[in-house]
Amino acid sequence: MEKLYLGIDVGSVSTNVVIIDGNNNIIDKLYIRTMGNPINALKEGLKHAKVKMSELGSDFMISGVGTTGSGRQLAGFMVGADVIKNEITAHAIAASTFIPNVNTILEIGGQDSKIIILKNNVISDFAMNTVCAAGTGSFLDRQAARLGIPIEEFGAHALNSTTDVRIAGRCAVFAESDMIHKQQLGYSKEDIINGLCEALVRNYLNNLAKGKDIKGPIVFQGGVAANIGIKKAFEKALGLEIYVPTHYDVMGAIGSALLAKQEVIQKQKTKFLGLEMADVDFKVKGFECSHCPNVCEVIGIYKDENLSARWGDKCGRWTNINIPSPTV
Amino acid sequence: MKITFPHMGNTYITIKAILEELDIDVVCPPKCSKKTMELGTKYSPEFVCMPFKLNIGNYIEGIEKGADTIFMLTGCGPCRFGIFSSLQKEIMLDLGYKIDFITSDRFSNIEGLKEFYNLLNKASGKKGVFKILNTLKKGLKLLDEVDELNDLMNKVRPREIKKGEVDHLAIEFENEIITVQGFKASFALIDEYNQKLKSIEIDKDKDVIKIGIVGEIYTLIENYLNLNVEKKLGNMGVESHRSTTTSKFVRDTLDFIPLIRSDKKQVYKAASPYLATPVGGHGIHTIGNTLLYKEQGYDGIIHILPFTCMPEIVARSILPTIEREKDIPILTLVIDEMTGEGGYETRIEAFVDLLNKRREVKDYGKAISWN
Repeated sequence: MEKLYLGIDVGSVSTNVVIIDGNNNIIDKLYIRTMGNPINALKEGLKHAKVKMSELGSDFMISGVGTTGSGRQLAGFMVGADVIKNEITAHAIAASTFIPNVNTILEIGGQDSKIIILKNNVISDFAMNTVCAAGTGSFLDRQAARLGIPIEEFGAHALNSTTDVRIAGRCAVFAESDMIHKQQLGYSKEDIINGLCEALVRNYLNNLAKGKDIKGPIVFQGGVAANIGIKKAFEKALGLEIYVPTHYDVMGAIGSALLAKQEVIQKQKTKFLGLEMADVDFKVKGFECSHCPNVCEVIGIYKDENLSARWGDKCGRWTNINIPSPTV
Repeated sequence: MKITFPHMGNTYITIKAILEELDIDVVCPPKCSKKTMELGTKYSPEFVCMPFKLNIGNYIEGIEKGADTIFMLTGCGPCRFGIFSSLQKEIMLDLGYKIDFITSDRFSNIEGLKEFYNLLNKASGKKGVFKILNTLKKGLKLLDEVDELNDLMNKVRPREIKKGEVDHLAIEFENEIITVQGFKASFALIDEYNQKLKSIEIDKDKDVIKIGIVGEIYTLIENYLNLNVEKKLGNMGVESHRSTTTSKFVRDTLDFIPLIRSDKKQVYKAASPYLATPVGGHGIHTIGNTLLYKEQGYDGIIHILPFTCMPEIVARSILPTIEREKDIPILTLVIDEMTGEGGYETRIEAFVDLLNKRREVKDYGKAISWN
């Protein structure tokens, strides 16, 4: 019986599921758009994993599962995760497992971006964007749509640029105005796309990387690492070679699978509820608690119509699921 | 006359008790909540800091509970705080509230103390110098005990065997302290909870990570504003310590009086290689305490400030140098009404992971596990 481990990263834009084996080989990976519905995205991912497992045959079994990303609590509850870990740690462990001695991780996802600095394979410093998405994938998504170019081809266009166009990248909205202005002036699409890539990189380096000690080897991961234009812009700005790992788009999920593996080996047991969870009906119902002026938005998770978990309250009064939710 | 006052962490316990002892009718505003913040944000200038906004919310909620007079400290400096009361008074009057606004210098000199005394003497129906001084002396002791109780919670929480016991006691204490009146009952209740906390079963040998929390005083001690950072850390198995408290602040201000001791000299001295002069607010304390925590063997520092806080921005620009030269990880959290709790938690979690790894590397020569 070969033991496999499942890693799940439920992010704002994509939900990623990976299966790794005991030697950290990637057996399967899946990148699904969350589309604002993490429950459905995760169930789809689990269904896919189920198909993969039946293909592999009965010699293989999932022996542990880890979740990460902004939806880690929800996903962790749904599948019975052995480890629920923040995405900064998950990304760092994945990168340092596959690229030994990595010093800097640039990670740009759908709605957040991070920089992680490691020393001797241990995180020594990190930063994450705060309230603005101007330096993230969603920003590029938006501009690609406006230019009528599929996001997948976006980066390649940038490589054909011949003239530098400087686009204001501080704010996603103003960047769009500036881009339109440059279009009206008659700059080519390629130059504008390259300008956008450089604006994003400039924004990232100014916001996140300020004061950080960026040294090679540098790894670039997250969905945006698919964008060759951004990679080039980073190399130009930093004057260093940037390495994009093979599974750049699912590194968070890989990290959580690695963490689950470690946890299960240590504990000798798993809390995994099985891939059948793909067929269970999960619903989320929220209500505003009226007990105090904080008016917490409490979320209840229903598993086959039964209330199974609740969170979102500051005081913890709704954590006990035996108290019925107020009727809304 | 029914007096209300703005909240600042657990300081309300002492202010309420002092006013009660002096037979002054006091209305304690409801604890800071989302409603307080919404009211405050609505009526305050957009780029003023969160403490100002929450004050405005407190006043309005205090008036809703029947107060007709607002008490607020004022004075020259130490930061924008110096203009809080004048600006807030204008805002309240513009909103049409028919209230009295009484202020006193933040007793940083003899003149200020006299002003404070006169105010209390008048409000209490001439209780006289002996009674008032005695009340203030006891008030200072109450301030200390309230802060000590919080320190104890932060020590027990990461070590408790049954998760949630400290949180449960903390909520119970808050619910009860508001119902008791005067010093005697307040001291008794604190004593009771001290005993309860001490009887919680703990893992004495647990080797916990220690984080020192530095930054702007209001954000540091108002749990609503700092999104319960101490509770979050405690439940992750981390012992935290707040560097500035109201009792320390009062002692700092009053230490021109003989017999009142503060750690101001020590903090200033510690800060001096990096910052030789106060920059307003608690800027120099942030620097000094960071260095003191490092000396005391703390694993990391969390620096908290409200968005647009000038003194802390100065401190913030010095901290990276200390981080590098003294090899101590520092996480800065900037807070305002837009702060998303999700991102905040992710950062704290990752920071605690980072500190755990460093500890392992120190103890075993390498990181052994990530969980």
